[in-house]
Order: sequence, then structure tokens, then C-alpha cells
Amino acid sequence: MSAVEKMTPAEARLARVTLPEGFGPQRRAALERLTAMGLPGRRDEYWRWTNPTDFIAPEPVAAAPFKDDEPELFGEIDRLKVVFRDGVFDAEASDDLSMSGVEILRLAEAGDVNWASALYGTLEANGQKPVVRPFAALNTASATDGVLIRVTGKAEKPVSLIYTHESETSDPILHHLVKLEEGAEITVLENGPAGARFNKLMEVDVAKGARFHHIRVQGRDHERRAVTGIFARVADEALFKSFTLTSNGVLTRNECVIDIVGDDANAHVAGAALGDGKSGAFHHDDTIFITHDAERCESRQVFKKVLKNGAQGVFQGKILVKPGAQKTDGYQISQSLLLDEDSQFLAKPELEIYADDVQCSHGSTTGAIDETALFYLRSRGVPVEEATALLVLSFVADAIEEIEEERFRDAILTRLEGWLSRHRG
Amino acid sequence: MLEIKNLHVKLEEEDKQILKGVNLTVEAGKVHAIMGPNGSGKSTLSYVLSGRDGYEVTEGEAELDGMDLLEAEPEERAAAGLFLAFQYPVEIPGVGNMTFLRTALNAQRKARGEEEISAGDFLKLVREKAKSLKIDADMLKRAVNVGFSGGEKKRNEILQMALLEPKMCILDETDSGLDVDAMRLVAEGVNALRDEKRSFLVITHYQRLLDHIKPDVVHIMADGRIIETGGPELALEVEKNGYAELLAKHGISEVMA
Repeated sequence: MSAVEKMTPAEARLARVTLPEGFGPQRRAALERLTAMGLPGRRDEYWRWTNPTDFIAPEPVAAAPFKDDEPELFGEIDRLKVVFRDGVFDAEASDDLSMSGVEILRLAEAGDVNWASALYGTLEANGQKPVVRPFAALNTASATDGVLIRVTGKAEKPVSLIYTHESETSDPILHHLVKLEEGAEITVLENGPAGARFNKLMEVDVAKGARFHHIRVQGRDHERRAVTGIFARVADEALFKSFTLTSNGVLTRNECVIDIVGDDANAHVAGAALGDGKSGAFHHDDTIFITHDAERCESRQVFKKVLKNGAQGVFQGKILVKPGAQKTDGYQISQSLLLDEDSQFLAKPELEIYADDVQCSHGSTTGAIDETALFYLRSRGVPVEEATALLVLSFVADAIEEIEEERFRDAILTRLEGWLSRHRG
Repeated sequence: MLEIKNLHVKLEEEDKQILKGVNLTVEAGKVHAIMGPNGSGKSTLSYVLSGRDGYEVTEGEAELDGMDLLEAEPEERAAAGLFLAFQYPVEIPGVGNMTFLRTALNAQRKARGEEEISAGDFLKLVREKAKSLKIDADMLKRAVNVGFSGGEKKRNEILQMALLEPKMCILDETDSGLDVDAMRLVAEGVNALRDEKRSFLVITHYQRLLDHIKPDVVHIMADGRIIETGGPELALEVEKNGYAELLAKHGISEVMA
């Protein structure tokens, strides 16, 4: 037997890692981290409920490109579009990347820009403790493209990252950097089917008093397999807010690792996932880790999953309050609405607190549609399917409320209503 | 209008008979009141008529203008003109009251083959109906019944009734949890809707609501049946003497009732 045949899939995957140009030292360090930790197996504590096999396989499972028939998401919103086609920056489809108060560069062409060199892989490396995140290290080592955004003032409009998927076997690895200087503010939007298999990382550095808003839609490209990571550092009086709407998807793992390092800061991460196992599998995993390492900070995790026809939802959320992080206000809620008895929600809420003057709470619930509320709506003449849809909207409302601006909330609600109308009964 | 014959109902999951042969006819334009002690089956009757799950009809029938109510889905009964004002209106967080009201109105219009109401016309209609019930813009904007006081919830029920214009209205203990002023407001709302085509079935434990909503006919319900029927004076008699005497007359022990 040849050496290749003796390798495990994980070893074979590692052997295939190539380091693209640019950020050489950072990529080599990431590869070293990755080699030391190895790729995960089912025995790893944080992969017990989500099977990493498809992320590890040398080749992605082919996925038919998805053509969206809905009105363009965020179409009504004035934004700067940055388009990636099968993981490659598409200059023609993108807008001119200049905007006042914001510097936007393409990862593949950035070479070694000072601010980017200092950030690239740094937050990912910090986030490898105490729990390893091998696909994030893999990303830092081998990402081929992405966007580097440095915000020095209040961005005049949102930056909208749009992914398109054309090749059945596309396997993009994208790495984005967002650096907000003191007092800066930006909204980053993300949507679109990115590829058959998608590994995406976003490192977000939020300086003192800066405000970062992120609204992401993982769309209807049902056959995709996606593993994503957000690694953020939040300084004094800064705000970090991220919301994700996921509808369908065979396999999606979204990790979010946030370090609150400055006093009086806020970090909110929220998500609504809608899964229908009818057209194959649906498996969606939110794995969150928020570390409080400063005083008087607030964090919120609000996650809602609506599951039917054998869909599976996973939530693993942790709040770590370090010694001295007094007056921490940490809140975490994860809830699932099971629309039938075949679906499943697995939750692992964790709190670890080393400061004595803190206020932290977490809750996790699983339930069916409230029959009393359903009857109330039907008794007013609302047909059962429409009534169910209204109650689903009611269920996810808390997560949607985490989006600050109404125009984005409305865009998300429209998508939600679209999904509900396609997945009745 | 509403015709109930020999209605027998048991709980679906328990071997417990709740209604044991209810006979009741409510004519168009009339207000009938049903009074009775706790556990007599009053609320069950309202739920069975409007189609709530959990009950099994073992015998008898109920018709609304010739339509078999018991076979129809709750939304079909609503579209046919039946309305139940809940004793405990349900809170629905995250769904705006206006959205709810408009969805309900349009669903009923659609079911009847009518055109949906435009946003503008709807807004005008709601404002007009809300004003007389002293329902302010804030209550319309908030999520359905969330953070509403007891009185606000009941007024919101009457607002739905006013918008949906049902022909048969059932009020289930609408007076419960209301102070005198709130009750007067609710009663005024109901009285404003009275006309020769619309009927009401007012279920109440106490006579006091009937001071404000004057009934044409009063029924006393006990042990799953209507044991006595009379005019408004029957309610006054109950108010004065309690149910004990009536129950004894019909051989029903108070424990059973």
C-alpha cells in the first residue's frame, strides 16, 4: 500500500493543505497549530452532536448550484456590494471598493498590509483556548480569498458580502478581516450560496467606542455544507452585534468566539434557524463562546430554531467570566420549536464564572406549537397553516429583535415569511 | 340562528362526561345568558361550539344557520360567523396586534370569497372601532395581548368582534377580572353591536354583567345540562338566593355541580 492509502481522512486532508501567498508567517503558524491539534472526530467534546466527516473529506460532496427566485435580499438597501463567485472575488459584479471612512482590500491581492498582518490569524489563534477550533486554523492557513475592511469613521453605507455558487464541487475557503478603529461604525451584510462546501472565517477587531453590526443570511442552497467562524475582540465601550438567519442546509456549523477585553462593552450574538428535513437532512449547529475579561460588560446570546421533518438543531453556548470581570451581565437563551415529533434539538448551555459580583443567566427550552394560541388564532378565522406561521414568527421574534435597524429586520422578516410560505403543512 | 340539540360531550383523554344533553336555541337578534355554578359545563359549551381540541362529542348536534358546526374546523366556524370572546385572551409575543387583526379579517373575507381589505381602509376601520372602545394607538401597536391589563385584553376581544362582525357571538365570562368601569366599557362595546340579525350567548357566573348587557332569555346550567330557562328575572333570583335552591329542586348536589 502507498503512504496515501494508509492515511486517515483527517491526515489526508492535512497533507493537502497548501499555503497561498501573503501572510506567510501567519499561515505557517496556523498550519502548525492545526497539525498540533488535528482535525476533529466524533469523540471530541464539541463535535459529539455534529459529524465533521464531510468537512474533513478530501473532496466536497457535490452540490447543485442554487438559483434564488426571491427578490434580491437587501435589494432595497443602499450598500457597497462585494461579490465572491465560488469563493473568488468577482470585480465585475462588485461595486467600486472605495467608500469614505472605510478601506477595503482583497485578501488575495493585499500582500502584507501592516494593519492586516497584525490582525490576520491573531484573533483566531487567541480563540483556540480553551477549546480548539481546527477548521478555523485550517482556514487561516489556506484561505484563498476574502475581504479586508478597515473602518476609521462611520461607514456611509453597509458593506454587503454576496456569495454565488456556480460549480457543483466548489470548495471555497474565505477569510475576512474587519478592523474598526476607535469610534468607528459599520454594518456588514452577508448572504448567498457560497459553494458546495464552505469554510469561512471573519476576524473582527472592535476598538474603543466602535460599533459593529453583522447581519447574515444563510440561504436556501439546501445541499451546502458550511463551517463558519467569527472571532471577535471587543474593547472599551464598544458594541458587537451579530445576527444570522439560516434556512435549510444539509450541514451548517456556525461558531462564534468573542473576547470582551474592554470595560463597559456589549456583545450580542443571535440567530434564527429554520430547518425542514423533508428535502434531505437538515443539521444546524451554533457553537458560541463568550469570554468576559473586563468590568461592567453585557453579553447576550439569543438563539431560536424551528425544526420539522426530522431536522436537527444543536446549540453549544458558553459564557466564561474571568477573575476580576465584575458587574458582568451575561444572558443566554436557546430555544427550539419542534413542529413534529421527528425533529430534535440538542443543547449544551455552559456558565463558568470566576468573579463574585456578576449576573449571569441561561435557559434552554424545547417545545411544540402552543395549542391554546393556535386555537385562539383559528377561532378568529385564521387557517391552521397561516396560524402556525404566525406562531413561528412569534417564536423567533426575540432573535430578530436583536437586529438594531428596522430596514434589516424587515428584510429578514420577508425572508422568514417566504420560507414559511414554502414550508407549510 | 344557533341550534343545539341533546349535546353530549366528554373529555377526549379522560372518561369524564361534561355535557349531558344540552338543548338550546338562540334566535336571530336575541341575547341569551347562561349562568351556572363553577364546573357546570358553561365554558366547555363555548369551546365545543368554537371547535377547541380535547373534547369528544358523543351525541347530539349543533348548527349555525343550518351549518353543522361540530364537523367544521375552528376557522370555518369563524368564517361562518361564529365568534368566541375568550375568558383568558391569549398573549402572542412578537406578533403585532394590527397584523393579527388584519390577518384575521382578511382570512375570513377570503374564506367567504370576498376581496381582502386594503391597508389604508383597514387602518381607517380599526381606528374607528378602537376609538369607541377607548383602545389607543399604543395598544394596537403592541404585540397581541402582551402587557395588556385584564380590562385591555377584554376590550381587545370586543374590538375583534367589532371588526369581524360575526352573527353569533359567544362571550365566555367576559366580566371576569374586570372592575366596574372596565365592565361598563366592555358592555357598551357589546351593546353597540346588538342588532336584529346578530345574536349573543353571554356566559357568566354573576348577574352583574347582565345589568349592563340586558338578556332576552336566561338559562341556568348545572351538571352539564340546562336545568331552568326564564326571563331576566331568573338571573335576579339567582343573585338573591344563590344556586343552592335551584340545584336542590333538580336533585343536583352542589358537589356534583
